[in-house]
Amino acid sequence: MSDIFYLLLRRLRQPLITLIVIYSVSTVGFVIIPGQDDQGNVWHMDFFHAVYFVSFMGSTIGFGEIPYAFTAAQRVWTLISIYGTVISWLYSIGSLLALFQEPVFGRMLRRRSFVNEVSNFNEPFYLVCGYGITGSAIIKKLSERGIRSVVIDISQERIDRLEMDDLLTRVPGLCADASLPEALDDAGLQHGSCVGVLALTNNDNVNLSISIASKLLAPQRIVVSRTESEVNARNLASFGTEHIVDPFRAYAEYLSLAAHSPYMHLVYDWLINPYHRPLSSAYKKTSGRWIICGLGRFGKALYHEFAKHDVELVLLDDDARQLKNYKNTVVGLGTEAATLEVAGVREAVGIIAGTNNDADNLSIILTAQELNPKLVTVVRQNLNTNTLVYKNSNADFIMESGRIIANRILAKLKTPLLPVFIEQMQRQDDVWAHTLLNRMSSIASDSELDSWSITVNEEATPAIMAIMGDGDQVKLSALMKDPRHRKDQLNCFPLMLRRNGDLKLLPGELTLLEEGDEILFCGLADASDQMSWSINNYNILFYLQTGEEPSHNLLAKLLKRI
Amino acid sequence: MNREKVIFAFFIVLALTLNFGFFLGEIENLAHHNVFEFFAAIVVSMICTVLKFGDRTHIGALMLATSLVADLQLVVAAMIWGYGAQISADGVTAEMISSVVSLSGGALLANIVSVILLMVETIVVRR
Repeated sequence: MSDIFYLLLRRLRQPLITLIVIYSVSTVGFVIIPGQDDQGNVWHMDFFHAVYFVSFMGSTIGFGEIPYAFTAAQRVWTLISIYGTVISWLYSIGSLLALFQEPVFGRMLRRRSFVNEVSNFNEPFYLVCGYGITGSAIIKKLSERGIRSVVIDISQERIDRLEMDDLLTRVPGLCADASLPEALDDAGLQHGSCVGVLALTNNDNVNLSISIASKLLAPQRIVVSRTESEVNARNLASFGTEHIVDPFRAYAEYLSLAAHSPYMHLVYDWLINPYHRPLSSAYKKTSGRWIICGLGRFGKALYHEFAKHDVELVLLDDDARQLKNYKNTVVGLGTEAATLEVAGVREAVGIIAGTNNDADNLSIILTAQELNPKLVTVVRQNLNTNTLVYKNSNADFIMESGRIIANRILAKLKTPLLPVFIEQMQRQDDVWAHTLLNRMSSIASDSELDSWSITVNEEATPAIMAIMGDGDQVKLSALMKDPRHRKDQLNCFPLMLRRNGDLKLLPGELTLLEEGDEILFCGLADASDQMSWSINNYNILFYLQTGEEPSHNLLAKLLKRI
Repeated sequence: MNREKVIFAFFIVLALTLNFGFFLGEIENLAHHNVFEFFAAIVVSMICTVLKFGDRTHIGALMLATSLVADLQLVVAAMIWGYGAQISADGVTAEMISSVVSLSGGALLANIVSVILLMVETIVVRR
């Protein structure tokens, strides 16, 4: 606020002084110059009349010579004064308009309205730094769920895009450097309703400083940070950043799951990714030799993940120094058939094109597919602009780091139980995953599978607490019935139950609920909406339990007793 | 020497001196109080106010405040005088001229504070 005010005052200094000087000189002139009254006597205008005359002369409204017709000398002075006052007005108004048109002033105004808007937020919101692929994907999903967010990005272009992207809720955006605490503060870092800060810029240092600022100002708040280096990840973890997402490692984990347990991978994919692949894709043979082209950060992350599961690997890189400490290596880019032949592409089950050059990656995939059509192909996409080419590349997996991070973070924001479940799930075998997958598929088929969690307590599930307060028990199965017709089942099933820190995967439907239970469900989003009826509304839950409409007023209760 | 500072100080001191010149003399005697001097005092005081615009320091805020006080007093004085000369049936009475002069005395005080602040700033910031 004060910034704009001071800028305004500072810029108006000169025009205002000009205005004052010209007006006062004109006024004094009229007082000094002798006039003539209607009787022909010499008459001097007093200050009151002079100011009055100059005022309306300056704005030229209802011009007339007062209180007596002017003498020639007075008219000369009037002429001079008209030009002086009009010019000074034009000058003042012109400089005011110029100020409003100045980009700096516009930026300050926009920033001010942004700060006002954010400080007026009274519902929980996320502060998202960086509106790239990741940021935009997350904000889109958040707004679909009715969760508010605020964006900071360093480029005005992206902020403009934010305005143009059709989001369901309004998301205020600020063009500023997110590494500056002042900008973060303006975006609501200290706001009481800010529930989480997502540092998603493509600069590790900026992400680090965002996380530090957030942790210093509000230690309890969730901080999610993206990072691409090991050192930074450790640094972030050292001061308690909740979620650190490394796109390369995240994708390496994801891929290695596909290589060693395809069903588990599919379950994971269904839970995390909005667009899931069909069940049939799991039947592709994925265990055997894998070829990794390009041993950069992504390649190394892949190597570590695959090595954990004893997958046979061949590493390719055109820089021999990179390959020094590794086994099974071939020097070369992989874009030529000869190099791939040496790496044994005909016997391999999968190839990963992970260099940081999109053209090379596509060329690797195309050459490899020609040599071995059954190959599972994974290709890394570096530039967002190449999406079209990649879509038509027929690769099995396209690694686009932005989307991976977005999905991971969303899964974490959606419900904290989901990551816990995924971790637990990975300890099970692939047969277990297969069963689970069949169950998911029977519920979701081609639709998007959603997941949500409920906590049994007074605040979140008043209906359950009320029924339990009446001395009745509530079974898990009651929540999964259709509130409109209790014989029907909702399209969902429980994935996990957490009770006093004990985790139970796929809990039985006859489990009796207790206060403090946390249950993770998966199913269609529609089922989640229906379920919120039964956990919030006593009458509906009563109906689901007993099949009767409860009598809820005093008269009905009395009548019933008779 | 800073040209801007010279202009700034010039106007602030000029506002004080003009104000003082007008104030000087018998309080009820119109002959002792020149109307041109009064007009000049108002104009210079307004210019002073505008000159003080946009200074974000604490002392700048104080100076702006004193200037605004001086302006207020002088404008009210001018309004009383104008009422007496133009509207009132009795013309400019002795009471009116004395209240005009006493209001200008108040403005004088504000201008003195302004000059003191200017001196303080000059002494503190040795450059």
